[in-house]
Amino acid sequence: MNNRVKLFIPAVFFFLMLGLLLFGLGRNPNQVPSALVNRPLPEFSLPELNNVTTMINSEDLQGNISIINFWATWCPPCHVEHPYLVEISEREEDLNFIGVNYKDDLNEARLFLEEKGTPFRQVIVDLDGSLGIDFGVAGAPETFIVDSFGMIRYRHVGVINHQIWEDTFEPVINRLK
Amino acid sequence: MIPELGNFSLILALCLATLMAVIPMSGAVSNNQLWMSLCRPLSSGIWVFMLLSFACLSYAFLTDDFSVSYVASNSNSLLPVRYKFSGVWGGHEGSMVLWILMLASWTYAVSLFSRNLPLDMLARVQSVMGIIIIGFLLFTLLTSNPFDRTLLNTPADGNDLNPLLQDFGMIVHPPFLYMGYVGFSVAFAFAIAALLSGRLDAAWARWTRPWTNAAWAFLSIGIALGSWWAYYELGWGGWWFWDPVENVSFMPWLVGTALIHSLAVTEKRGVFKSWTVLLAIAAFSLSLLGAFIVRSGVLTSVHAFAVDPERGLVLLGLMLAVIGSSLFLYALRAPVVKSNASYSMTSREVFLLINNIILVVSTAAVLLGTLYPLIHEAVYGEANRVSIGPPYFNTVFVPLMGLLALALGVGTFSRWKKTSVTYLKQQLGKVLIASVALGIIIPLVTTSSVNISAIIAMMLGLWIVLTIIKDLMTKTANKKNFFVGLKSLTRSYYGMQFAHLGMAVIILGVCMTSQYSVERDVRLAPGESESIGNYEFIFQGITDEVGPNYEAQRGTVTVLRNGEEYMTLYPEKRTYFATRTVQTEAAIDVGFFRDLFTALGDERGDGSWVVRIHYKPFVFWIWMGAFLMAFGGILAITDKRYRSKKPVPSALAENSGQGGKLAAEAS
Repeated sequence: MNNRVKLFIPAVFFFLMLGLLLFGLGRNPNQVPSALVNRPLPEFSLPELNNVTTMINSEDLQGNISIINFWATWCPPCHVEHPYLVEISEREEDLNFIGVNYKDDLNEARLFLEEKGTPFRQVIVDLDGSLGIDFGVAGAPETFIVDSFGMIRYRHVGVINHQIWEDTFEPVINRLK
Repeated sequence: MIPELGNFSLILALCLATLMAVIPMSGAVSNNQLWMSLCRPLSSGIWVFMLLSFACLSYAFLTDDFSVSYVASNSNSLLPVRYKFSGVWGGHEGSMVLWILMLASWTYAVSLFSRNLPLDMLARVQSVMGIIIIGFLLFTLLTSNPFDRTLLNTPADGNDLNPLLQDFGMIVHPPFLYMGYVGFSVAFAFAIAALLSGRLDAAWARWTRPWTNAAWAFLSIGIALGSWWAYYELGWGGWWFWDPVENVSFMPWLVGTALIHSLAVTEKRGVFKSWTVLLAIAAFSLSLLGAFIVRSGVLTSVHAFAVDPERGLVLLGLMLAVIGSSLFLYALRAPVVKSNASYSMTSREVFLLINNIILVVSTAAVLLGTLYPLIHEAVYGEANRVSIGPPYFNTVFVPLMGLLALALGVGTFSRWKKTSVTYLKQQLGKVLIASVALGIIIPLVTTSSVNISAIIAMMLGLWIVLTIIKDLMTKTANKKNFFVGLKSLTRSYYGMQFAHLGMAVIILGVCMTSQYSVERDVRLAPGESESIGNYEFIFQGITDEVGPNYEAQRGTVTVLRNGEEYMTLYPEKRTYFATRTVQTEAAIDVGFFRDLFTALGDERGDGSWVVRIHYKPFVFWIWMGAFLMAFGGILAITDKRYRSKKPVPSALAENSGQGGKLAAEAS
């Protein structure tokens, strides 16, 4: 190849990256339309973190609006959002907060909740990430709103904080009520 | 009135920057001395107005002027004064003002300290800096003006600064980081000026080196401060998370490190010219990419600014203009002439090339890992998102750094042009054996357990340290005695060795911390205790404290060493009034060989608390290493050869033909 032509390689590479960034710009990284939104919960039966002989089924989550939060101790943003989850779960007592401990070390997960307090009524253990695959989870944290009939209504990717809760979660939850 | 003055200063700075982008450059093209010399007063003018603008914004913060919406959303009347001041750069808009102030400061510094730079070169450099300043000023004025007012409904009090940022580390971290980021614009401007003028020679490399070192040193400190802040402020003891925001500060650093080494080859031997120019462009481009990723919200991160696609679009346009045009210029003007300087496979040139390859591959790996979620989504659609975690980065990055450490030892020992293999074997054989042997023995004796990672890290660390010592001994062998020899060595040589020592210290720190940390999260009632090694931590209970803008529950933890009272730590859990956010303040006893880290968890109802107690050996070394590196970088700048007025030595004359050839080709 001509040496002069080779010098254009960085420019080509740069424009490819620019295209990628432009693509990334058009979307909100926190709000992801999931294929599962407005579909029923996937079927599952998985153990509870603090009592691994108890199995939690998808039917158990019906009858109440549930907030399902995928988290793990290895995920820094989960540490960040955790105090707010504790706070909001104390305030919103009629919501059923369910944690899914995602591909984690169970002892560390228990310590984490013991140390920082738990916002969750129950914590589902998803050791191999199979429930994560059924939910189409990309990573942690991700949070789903499930209505009282077991239909998934909303998917949020990333940290939940006060503003996100007020701006996006509350409207969805009020509509479901 | 004062905020309007600040706004007006920004606009004036923009006007002056526009003049600077056009006049000195036109002067350089048409050889008009007056036009070229205008760059000095113009750059001081820009600097003064940016300083004024920054002062006005600081004034608005210090006087609680909540009619300015940026102040209202980032400050509060109860905020301690030092945080009111650091609040100036606590949010997106104000941090842009700081960013541009620093850009203007670098520009002004170049005009002050480049008395021995030819005027046409200085004029071109300053014009390029002017163009960059225009870009960022337009971005700030049009999309994120910090002086916008909340007219008519001025809030009674502000929203308060994010509690995570109310901390000493956060006062000093952004200025250093930005100084580093922005500092690479100088190397970039020199590269563009060299491409434009066709003067891409050893002299160019020599002018660029101190500026690159300075920017790199600032960036090293900035990154270290950020990591230190995360360690003690986020409250879970980690110090690096491969978060996108951390990665985008790390990539310019990696490329900047490669640039420093490649500049050395270009200056001393006149080779790798195109490559060096490309690295200079890349280092600044990655800084711009960092600004884009942090401020546009394309990737989720713990410490991203507020997401705003419009800002992202403008920044993308800025990148397109600045980087796109410079890469085209590079493609059209970079020299392709094969260099006539020869070097053998075991020369210093080749080892520096290996250094460059490893660093660039590492950067590419980090870039790929950072952008992979976007690539994956672009290919597989929105429903399939992935996140890349520390496992990927550690798997790729750690072995690369191991190779780098190996090459470093041989590289510092090699000579320019040609180093015989037998000489290297003879000099380094014993050093190799010593570092392998000590690397195995030291961890075995001190911990009486076998840990492969620790042994490898120890070997690599010792390898670097011992080659430094051996090199010092070789260099001083012909002198009267060792100390006379030490005195005869140049500051840039010492700078290099300090920076390399920093690398060894970081390797040891990172490895010892990750391998030997003890982390306990225990539930303790007042009076109960927990032991780690010969330390015993006694939890004495909780008291309520009230701070200026928060209330806190303060734990008292008495630490005993070998059964004797050693010290008391006070971890806190703070609730900030304005935002009602809860923030954990860890209490840390910093030591040279180990940190004792305590943080408060939750109350368990019966008066007992969950207390997080960590024993972190050698964690201090991570930051110490970074500071050694930065110190080395600064020391090298003070070398007297950068201040001398004499022309570049004639040893380089063999390559100087190229610059002329290029100029001829270009015209």
